[in-house]
Amino acid sequence: MTQLSYRAAFGLIVKRDLMIAFRHRDDIINPLLFFVIVVTLFPLGIGPESTTLARIAPGIIWVAALLATLLSLDRLFKSDHADGSLEQMLLSPQPIFILVLAKIVAHWLLTGLPLILIAPLLAVLLHLNEHSYGALMLTLLLGTPVLSLLGAIGVALTVGIKKGGVLLSLLVLPLYIPVLIFATSAIDTAAMNLPYNGQLAIIAAIFFASLTLAPFAVSAALKVSTN
Amino acid sequence: MLFEALNIEIFAGDIVQVEGPNGAGKTSLLRILSGLSQPYDGKVYFQDNSINQHREAFHQDLLYLGHLPGVKDEMTAQENLEFNLALHGLNSDTAEQTLAEVNLLGFEDALAAHLSAGQHRRISLARLWQSQAKVWILDEPFTAIDKLGVEKLTQLFLQHTDNGGCVILTTHQDLSLPAERVKKITLAYRFY
Repeated sequence: MTQLSYRAAFGLIVKRDLMIAFRHRDDIINPLLFFVIVVTLFPLGIGPESTTLARIAPGIIWVAALLATLLSLDRLFKSDHADGSLEQMLLSPQPIFILVLAKIVAHWLLTGLPLILIAPLLAVLLHLNEHSYGALMLTLLLGTPVLSLLGAIGVALTVGIKKGGVLLSLLVLPLYIPVLIFATSAIDTAAMNLPYNGQLAIIAAIFFASLTLAPFAVSAALKVSTN
Repeated sequence: MLFEALNIEIFAGDIVQVEGPNGAGKTSLLRILSGLSQPYDGKVYFQDNSINQHREAFHQDLLYLGHLPGVKDEMTAQENLEFNLALHGLNSDTAEQTLAEVNLLGFEDALAAHLSAGQHRRISLARLWQSQAKVWILDEPFTAIDKLGVEKLTQLFLQHTDNGGCVILTTHQDLSLPAERVKKITLAYRFY
């Protein structure tokens, strides 16, 4: 029996999760549709005045992205737990943090990445300031992986609970707030044509901290949940 | 407390059948032996190493099949088996022949969602034919398996133990094996 290389184990899980998601498309489309619906409803509710919309655009886009991610988190481990695949992964000779990281990356490719791609279109609807587009894209690029990484900790902790939805939101939302604050602040600052490196650096720091630490926290949480 | 002062040593070549009524703790015992659950007290050793400290080395040599088959509905029978084999570091090129062993020839490309409970079980059991793990821990392996399948599995257990492996299993059926080959652990129900 040979031990898989880390890269092979990582690739194996990412490929599998992407394949499952593409055969079960609702899981990809639902959060994205939610994101689009929430953002497009705001101009209808508030009125078409461009200054008001431009003022609240960063907040709307980010809050919607955050809630859309929250909506998609369940998919991360729930079905694997229900059909026993999770047990098999925990019992495989591969390091668990590699498998966990692969699952999180697949989750981001299926939710974070589509959100980033569609966000600039929705920003046009909200009359986002022209200087802010760069900041919007950069904060989403650094921020959405954080949402997947931190969310995974919450899902791993609640995966064994039958109705863990409310608990999951309570656990995860406080962790998302720093990203929300610094991301919207960066976009606002960019609208005034001021440098927003500071906010971006903080989001990047949060990203790297969660990238390195979250997989270990998730592995530990999964072991507790399946105990 | 399900059980206490339980002390067993299992050697290469052993077939161990864990017996007991429903709720006696058979599954809990197997989960503790596989490292999925932690006992409140006590330790499990594999080749003189605690399985908690040498997890990857132990899991290299372990094949555990629980109540749940670990089969994804969205993947075909063959994809499921190939994934399971690859995850455990086994060559997945011969997955098709292995499916033939468990009587699933012709279902390779059927989505698991369209297969029956027994067939799901067979997909997960198929790994046994390829496994090089020494320790097999099987929780109710015969559930939903037909008579012929049970016979084939029993032969496979004999072959595995003859090659220096060991099998720890729970089942409510009587094994059609010579009595001297099977060690029994009987757990009593303690909550009357």
